[in-house]
Amino acid sequence: MLRQISANVLSWTYLVLVYAFIFLPVAVLVLFSFQDGRLPVPPFNGFSLQWYGAVFADRKLMAALGNSMVVALVSSVISVLLGFLAAYALARYKLPGSALQRGLLIAPMTVSYLIIALGLLSLMNALHVPLSLMTVGIGHVVINLPLCFAIIYASMGDHHINIERAARDLGANDFKLMALVTAPMLMPSILAAFFLSVTFSWDEFIIAFLLSRFDVTLPVEIWSMLRSGLNPKTNAIGSLVFLASVAVLLILELSLFGRTKKQ
Amino acid sequence: MADAGTLTSATALEDADRRKAWGFVAPALLWTVAFFVVPFALMAAMSLWKREGRDLVRVWNFDNYVRFFSENALFQGLVNSLEITVIVTVISVLLAYPLAWIIAERVPKRLQRMALILAILPFWTSYVVRSYSWLLVLSKNGVINQLFMNIGLISEPLELASTRTATVIGFVHFFVMLLTLTIYSNLIQLSPNYRRAAADLGANAFQTFWHVVLPLTLPGIMTGAFLTFVLCIGDYVTPQILGGNNELVLPQIIMLQLGRRADFPMAAALSIVLMLAVTIAYLACARWLKIERA
Repeated sequence: MLRQISANVLSWTYLVLVYAFIFLPVAVLVLFSFQDGRLPVPPFNGFSLQWYGAVFADRKLMAALGNSMVVALVSSVISVLLGFLAAYALARYKLPGSALQRGLLIAPMTVSYLIIALGLLSLMNALHVPLSLMTVGIGHVVINLPLCFAIIYASMGDHHINIERAARDLGANDFKLMALVTAPMLMPSILAAFFLSVTFSWDEFIIAFLLSRFDVTLPVEIWSMLRSGLNPKTNAIGSLVFLASVAVLLILELSLFGRTKKQ
Repeated sequence: MADAGTLTSATALEDADRRKAWGFVAPALLWTVAFFVVPFALMAAMSLWKREGRDLVRVWNFDNYVRFFSENALFQGLVNSLEITVIVTVISVLLAYPLAWIIAERVPKRLQRMALILAILPFWTSYVVRSYSWLLVLSKNGVINQLFMNIGLISEPLELASTRTATVIGFVHFFVMLLTLTIYSNLIQLSPNYRRAAADLGANAFQTFWHVVLPLTLPGIMTGAFLTFVLCIGDYVTPQILGGNNELVLPQIIMLQLGRRADFPMAAALSIVLMLAVTIAYLACARWLKIERA
């Protein structure tokens, strides 16, 4: 009995300590984004929204925010589309060398982003392609395509084949079949692949840093803000991104994944 | 006659099907070849070239690799990278396993999902900002130093930022979240029957854990540990923000070649070295890693 209690106490203490460690930096980040003063470190001088005002007044930061959204959405749509088509072909048709093809499509997942970025940079330099948001987007498709392919391919179970055969017998061609039968059946994993891609692209730094020039994404803009040292404005933009992501996550959790769980 | 007819139409159909299938898989394959395989081959070739002034000279030799192994400033980067990565992976697993276990075993079922979401919530701070927020905690006038000075533990602020310790803390913070997720999902898949069987055979709690639970969750641990290794050894942001310019790791040295020195061939050679390190780690854990179709 006593041992049981002491084991419980130990468990809960451990839980609380690790949670404290996990939340410490985020709590400090958010708290000092409201700092009434120039330094985001103790003592806390009082509550102020001035740094959030500074964030919204910063044209470069707002432009970077827009760029990030465009790159994340466009690159994720391309990744999901290409990944879905490839998964459909490899799961439903017998193609020669399909194991090799799967390996090739998954391969970029095993390589560091830094190396993918360097490779693309050398290619763009060799072809004299100017760096832009487009080159960043190309890089983001390279890292997200394997992920989308793997997720969608894994969910293409054989139990869907009969429904697809039925649709074919009723005269559906491949495109109708994919759009009206296969994609709706796989919607949970397609959406999961899409949102994961958006998250990865949105947050990706090194590819965006090396493959962009004048128009930059949000992480790259925040990186250049770091040169001015500790600054409550960096706290404010960091907190905004965090709170917005958590809000999106909660909405997804409650609507999308809550629904699929019930089915 | 009829047989031959159906046979030809069947092959014709198969051919048409195959062409269509190639059409579906081609865009993804072409994209991967054009923007991953070709760039990688180009980089591998470039690692054998050399830089003269601002130009690349297409000689074919292993000078860059020889320089890497003979120049201490370069080779030390790999040593630092490996040391930090191994330390981070071990500490993260040791911290995350008990956490995942407590969530899976001690937290009531209906609260587990909530506990897990909470444990990985700071994942959603932006990646660059996450390292920056540790700077707020660890810097000379940061939270830790001010707290310790206020309670009289120290009289002079400690140099916590711009050290290897800071890099390790930043990494561990991220990977504890990741590993808790992978280990937890492994733990809850374990059937309670294994443990009941072990108890029936007279094993105590510790023996059950050591001989039954731990070996069964080893694949989850290894998957997480491998992921930690790959992401940690290739990362530039965390060591650059938290470690500063002390004890540079390989990605920092690669970025230095690109920036100040404009030595693209050397950067390419160092990247190949980085990739080899990851490949060796992969081969070491390969037997535990599986990617399967459900």
